[in-house]
Amino acid sequence: MSIKIDGLTHTYNPGSPFETHALKNVTMEIESGEFIGLIGHTGSGKSTLIQHLNGLLKATSGSIWINSVEITKPGVKLKDIRKKVGLVFQYPEYQLFEETIEKDIAFGPTNLGLKEEEVRQRVKEAMEMVKLPYDELKDRSPFDLSGGQRRRVAIAGVLAMQPDILILDEPTASLDPRGRDEILEQIKLLHQQKKMTVILVSHSMEDIGRLVNRIIVMHQGTIAFSGTPREIFSQAEELESIGLGVPQISHLMKAMNRNGCQLPEDVFTVEEAKTIIMDYLRGKHHA
Amino acid sequence: MLKDITIGQHYPTGSVVHRLDPRTKIIGTFVFMAGLFMVKNFEAYFVVVTLLIVTIKASKVPFRYVLKGLKPLMVLIMVTFLINLFMTRGDVFFALGPVTMTWEGLRQGIFMALRLMFLIVGTSMLTLTTSPITLTDGIEQLLNPLKKIHVPAHELAMMMTIALRFIPTLLEETDKIMKAQMARGADFESGNLINRAQSLVPLLVPLFISSFRRADDLAMAMEARCYRGGENRTRMKALQWHRMDVVVLLLVLGYLGIMIWMRVR
Amino acid sequence: MNKSPMISITDVTYEYTNVDDTDLIALDHVDLTIKKGEHLVIIGHNGSGKSTLAKQMNALLLPSSGVVKVADMDTRDPALLWSIRQTAGMVFQNPDNQIVATIVEEDVAFGPENLGIEPTEIMNRVTASLERVDMLQYRHKAPHLLSGGQKQRIAIAGVIAMKPDCIIFDEPTAMLDPSGRKEVINAMKLLNREEGITVVHITHFMEEAVGAHRVAVMEDGRLVMVGTPREVFTRVDELKKLGLDVPQMTELASELRKEGIDIPADVLTVEEMVTHLCQLKLMD
Repeated sequence: MSIKIDGLTHTYNPGSPFETHALKNVTMEIESGEFIGLIGHTGSGKSTLIQHLNGLLKATSGSIWINSVEITKPGVKLKDIRKKVGLVFQYPEYQLFEETIEKDIAFGPTNLGLKEEEVRQRVKEAMEMVKLPYDELKDRSPFDLSGGQRRRVAIAGVLAMQPDILILDEPTASLDPRGRDEILEQIKLLHQQKKMTVILVSHSMEDIGRLVNRIIVMHQGTIAFSGTPREIFSQAEELESIGLGVPQISHLMKAMNRNGCQLPEDVFTVEEAKTIIMDYLRGKHHA
Repeated sequence: MLKDITIGQHYPTGSVVHRLDPRTKIIGTFVFMAGLFMVKNFEAYFVVVTLLIVTIKASKVPFRYVLKGLKPLMVLIMVTFLINLFMTRGDVFFALGPVTMTWEGLRQGIFMALRLMFLIVGTSMLTLTTSPITLTDGIEQLLNPLKKIHVPAHELAMMMTIALRFIPTLLEETDKIMKAQMARGADFESGNLINRAQSLVPLLVPLFISSFRRADDLAMAMEARCYRGGENRTRMKALQWHRMDVVVLLLVLGYLGIMIWMRVR
Repeated sequence: MNKSPMISITDVTYEYTNVDDTDLIALDHVDLTIKKGEHLVIIGHNGSGKSTLAKQMNALLLPSSGVVKVADMDTRDPALLWSIRQTAGMVFQNPDNQIVATIVEEDVAFGPENLGIEPTEIMNRVTASLERVDMLQYRHKAPHLLSGGQKQRIAIAGVIAMKPDCIIFDEPTAMLDPSGRKEVINAMKLLNREEGITVVHITHFMEEAVGAHRVAVMEDGRLVMVGTPREVFTRVDELKKLGLDVPQMTELASELRKEGIDIPADVLTVEEMVTHLCQLKLMD
């Protein structure tokens, strides 16, 4: 399922003293099956952008195609878009409302008008995807769970709609490292096994770096950079000039090179850095 | 975005009216209302209009901005006008089946609609020129003497302050939860009344839960900052009467005098 | 000078009853002494008891057994409650849920007002506190229009206006973006270094612990490690087993040591790593 955005502009409160241009003429394409990392600091327009992708916000101008259907055209059925594009908001656990976990996850698929049997099947699958045991938890209240588990219930609520495109807005905010790693691991599997197109909004360069195949950097309502993590992280100065950082490992490589080394700068995981430094030190031994 | 809506529509200009003691403005508003309800004929409205124009001029709030406050209440004003127009007995000047309009009705309709408009403009001058927090302070101070008969003046004021503080936060949250449920296919807009009421459950339940959580957090934070009710509490900005307040209060009393005179004349 | 510790926690256990009537132990015989002027970071994952411990430090919670003393004041003594809370202020996680007033300066004044301080003195303190966190230009703004980092700085100003000796930060950066996080951490460090305020900082961002004097690690209601950041972070494998992160440089150092490279285990920052690697190169 591919996404094409052409000249997308969004202005909040047009004509009032509070007028803000959240998106300015954004054009981009996302191929089916891509894993995109969307970064940019607060107010850069990324939240506004993702809300357009399933029709929650209406474009001031410009158009969006989801798999060759133009969703910005008047008269498009929003339900059909929301079936295809799943959006998980920040702190999604705050949207839970049902007495049982099963009922809560069933909310989305039921709204799609599916039959009861189909709904139950989807709830079951969605819970499996986020590693929540169905039989054990289905009748429990979502409010009895820990914060990390509640968040997984909320994510399952979107997965049960079986979207082809999954967008997650900072799914790991406020979680501890263990909760964060669990959720990121599950997202990775969804991408690999279910072949979902995933857009992950995050502030963590480390997380983005090790997961996605393309990074899109937003700044002041426009797309500032787009490229593989390697391409993006080798531009440390440019990123820092717009208030974003690069992973510490990338910093290390730059710092080494300032000290006269010639190491590759497009490195961002501890694993890679280890190999490179070992080679570098050994190379020195042999030289 | 919802959070950009200014609550209580405070319009700061730093004018004389803005600098008045909130107690003066609250008392003034009440006296203004009392005078307004004494009006029997159109002549007395000249006094009201003059007072309003002088106040608005002195407050430096643009006329257009003040009148904008009437917009959301236009329906109410129209309904008032129409009810009076159709329901008052007298000389019929238009009739269509059972529907009749009378000259008395027209007069009464205009009269009541004007009263309502003056009332709205007059009270909105209070909120336009007074920040919610000073307004709350004023109310607390005015209620203070009632503490003796166990009116919880401080608590009421604190509740108002917190409500004002959290309105924008909760509006923003409502917007967010609504969008999140819409992303799960929820429909808040179509269907009959019962369907629509039901569709609010996924919005209201999370909103309630979150409000309780916030209340809990806030109570903890207030306790950590040594809050223990109104006892022994001081205020950074104590309210003080100035000469201007006395002048304004005298003027307001003069207005009340004129209104009483025009009524009993 | 009074040599007594800022906060002393002696054999503290805290039990509470859950909604389904099960007794849970949130703190299990915890001993910890926090010195005056110290910057202590407490890490641990959610549910490890670190927030419960924080709330013991200003009598928001009282121990089931054991003793907590703040500047020699026993938290179980109701008569001392308000001086304890004035001495040990607290900044919470959610920036929205701790701001009381609709105007920044009114909110900062809230604490001193509760303490019954003279109006002119409150005004002075509000100005000084806002200046300290670099928020003076926002004094007449409505808090809901500020960013998360700015709101947290207002909350910090509200605490310092009460002139505390110690501030407990309970995950103040968890809900912030990286720039907001930086703002809060800088304000925290400044208060510790320049005002000598004791800082207790609860977090699960390991990078934030690098600059602290000491780090304490909690797990299952117990303190499992206490030491300098270097001492604690070199225990890479143990930390990972606890589900915690390690600064990337320390992890890299640990990996390199496993390959037989002679590099200290307690490397914390990029600069240190560069220095050590360059030395290794020179030695050849």
